[in-house]
Amino acid sequence: MTGCFTWIKAEPSGIRVVPADTWIDPSRAVARALVTHGHADHARGGHGQTIATPATLAIMGVRYGVADGAVPAGYREPQALGEGVTATFLPAGHVLGSAQILLEYAGERVIVTGDYKRSPDPTCQPFAVTPCDLFITEATFGLPVFRHPPIAEEIARLLGAREANPERCVLVGAYALGKAQRVIAELRAAGWHGPIYLHGAMETMCRLYEAQGVPLGDLRPVAGVPKAELAGAIIICPPSALNDRWSRRLPDPLTAMASGWMRVRQRARQRGVELPLVISDHADWDELTTTIAEVNPAETWITHGREEALLRWCELHQRRARALALTGYEDEDD
Amino acid sequence: MQRFAALLDGLLLTPSRNGKLTQIALYLGETPDPDRGWALAALTGAVDFPAVKAGTVRGLMADRVDPVLWALSRDFVGDTAETASLLWPEPEPAPHGPAPTLGEIVTALGSTTRASAPALLASLLDRLDTAGRYALIKFATGALRIGISARLAKVAFAQAFSVPVDEVEEYWHGQSPPYLPLFQWATGAAPPPRTDLLPLFRPFMLAHPLEDEDISLTDYVAEWKWDGIRVQIVHVHGETRVYSRGGDEISDSFPEVASALPFPAVLDGELLVRGNQQGGEAGGAASFNALQQRLGRKTVSKALLAEAPAFVRLYDVLIDGTDDLREQPWTARRARLEALIPRLDRERFDLSETIDAADMAALAEIRAGARDAAIEGVMLKRRDSPYVAGRRTGLWYKWKREPLLVDCVLMYAQRGSGKRSSFYSDFTFGCWDGDPDAGAELLPVGKAYFGFTDEEFKWLDRHVRQNTVAKFGPVRETDKTLVFEVAFDSVHASKRHKSGLAMRFPRINRIRQDKPAHEADRLATLRAMVT
Repeated sequence: MTGCFTWIKAEPSGIRVVPADTWIDPSRAVARALVTHGHADHARGGHGQTIATPATLAIMGVRYGVADGAVPAGYREPQALGEGVTATFLPAGHVLGSAQILLEYAGERVIVTGDYKRSPDPTCQPFAVTPCDLFITEATFGLPVFRHPPIAEEIARLLGAREANPERCVLVGAYALGKAQRVIAELRAAGWHGPIYLHGAMETMCRLYEAQGVPLGDLRPVAGVPKAELAGAIIICPPSALNDRWSRRLPDPLTAMASGWMRVRQRARQRGVELPLVISDHADWDELTTTIAEVNPAETWITHGREEALLRWCELHQRRARALALTGYEDEDD
Repeated sequence: MQRFAALLDGLLLTPSRNGKLTQIALYLGETPDPDRGWALAALTGAVDFPAVKAGTVRGLMADRVDPVLWALSRDFVGDTAETASLLWPEPEPAPHGPAPTLGEIVTALGSTTRASAPALLASLLDRLDTAGRYALIKFATGALRIGISARLAKVAFAQAFSVPVDEVEEYWHGQSPPYLPLFQWATGAAPPPRTDLLPLFRPFMLAHPLEDEDISLTDYVAEWKWDGIRVQIVHVHGETRVYSRGGDEISDSFPEVASALPFPAVLDGELLVRGNQQGGEAGGAASFNALQQRLGRKTVSKALLAEAPAFVRLYDVLIDGTDDLREQPWTARRARLEALIPRLDRERFDLSETIDAADMAALAEIRAGARDAAIEGVMLKRRDSPYVAGRRTGLWYKWKREPLLVDCVLMYAQRGSGKRSSFYSDFTFGCWDGDPDAGAELLPVGKAYFGFTDEEFKWLDRHVRQNTVAKFGPVRETDKTLVFEVAFDSVHASKRHKSGLAMRFPRINRIRQDKPAHEADRLATLRAMVT
């Protein structure tokens, strides 16, 4: 043991594995990067070498074009980074291809969770609880007010609203990577087999999910569909399009938004959302705290999100913890 | 309670007025008594439990949640009730039985004390889910703040039961939560609540502005539109009440008027203050400014009663004794009103005279010549019009007189609020206190924030930013080069302003980019318009 994890450095632009000169989710271009998942604030282009799961690499390929130096790393296959450091990608349950990264060096085990959740998601593999010495966790929803209800309840509310407003369409704002596909898959699981219409920005990623073996059913582009045909339809669009001029072509859309932030009424109100759906691909407060307890690390570092409250929880539970000041991770539209 | 909670959330998230109406109407239609009545009371701000305060909720949370986690959460959510509803620990085991009803909650909270309130509130919160807890805290602390006006609630009530909203207005007054007689009447289970037993407010008949309607004075009668406050005086069973436009009782502010109607009647008129200090003739009225110092007082001193005595200039009679005259034509009501006048104290009541004019052209001339401070314009009332609540097309018109105009110089600007929050849109302007070429100065004479198009707003915002000479907090002082043509209804002497003048209803009529600042008007011009 070298103690105190001196081989892991939290720097403003990312987490650095010092002996192997490798970065995790760096916010600037580096020689070698480990990428936890395909969201833009974690997966940036331009690295000399990018090590990630095959699905994450496929997502990055769609977004940035295929780069040289892409190294696929399957779940649970240790990758030797040199100088005695190995990295193992483990499922994180966040979106398709998302991973926690287990780093091992000199007898110490460090896990970087990236973004993760514990609730079930038919579009990706579930989070694998893995013991370690240092646990570097996200904290996007790191406040005790955030408790995401079971997704089936939220999907039932969506279908109920559609049923109650036959003249209108339900327009669901959902992040284009992960959230949209999860909402579609859960609609299918709830028995909705009709067409689901997509904003143009959604199509590529949905096709990629299907190619990766996630069936999404009858999806149609909304462009060009006559207004009258869209009464009673479910339409998925990026959150930014909800109150955009684009939505004026739709029949009196009932605006819904699938996001963990919808737990707070004023957030929903500020966005002009009529039907807030509390659906998140991040761990809620209970998942964050339960996971720390289950993984039971000697030390916890807390990255992007509401670090203070999770830090306070660790303090109240006699756990060693510190908050990292990383830049470049956004609250995004989750 | 769950249904009420869903209604609150729906209202909070529905932007359109129609959507809100539909939701309230649906709720009222499908919810049993007394819950729907209590919900209606909550929506219109008529619920108050003195034993439950926001502090009660904070106290409950302090016993259950770490103070640091509470503070971080409250800070993020921005609302105590919502934070508490989200952080409330779910009881284990889960409670048996249904969630409490609004009626049950009212009974419980109504009999609680400051000492017993926390335990009671906790036991109710334990029986509700997140949305229910939020609704309960909002309901119990009486702070819904969801932007529903009493009028909107009444319209929704009318919509729910397909009854005329005017009747809802009328029967509503005199009822208290949970309004059982009102629901019984609306659902056809009982006759309307009696309104003749109490001195209740009846909704005012209102006028449309006259635009280009073709009016003939054979069909319409002309009357001055006095510049006071519209009031209704109601006497029933020895009790008299004075009501203002919105149906608020103002008897305590005007005891001399309230005590001067000795017989059963409902009268409509303009409340004014005697105009002696304005140099008016005997029996004249003072300007609105003189009335203003009498408004909003719970008690009135003897000195003020003597200095600014109030009286009512009567327009109409709705009920005379036991005769409800509202269905009758204006001419018949007018005759009854004129017959009443001799029975009234001349100090407190007089008759609003009609104006004799041969035709509209003659009336226009009379209207233009009237610069009495207490005259706002002319009313035109159809001679056969019944007295109906609200504005009905074609019956009554108001024809305000042309505004006065003066050229002023922009002096200071401040950012506005709401959709104008980023623009410099509140303007203070002034006139010269003498000859500007001989070293005279500008003195502020008024402030205005409307009268512009969006384009003009942008232009003015840029002008202010580019011509600022000093900043005082949110206020910018400009280089005083821009001239506004300011329109206003009247101007009065005022000790509160350095210029000694105060305008009524000032608004920017035009931006005079063509006019140099030194050609703007002088205070003497404005002073000559004082009435």
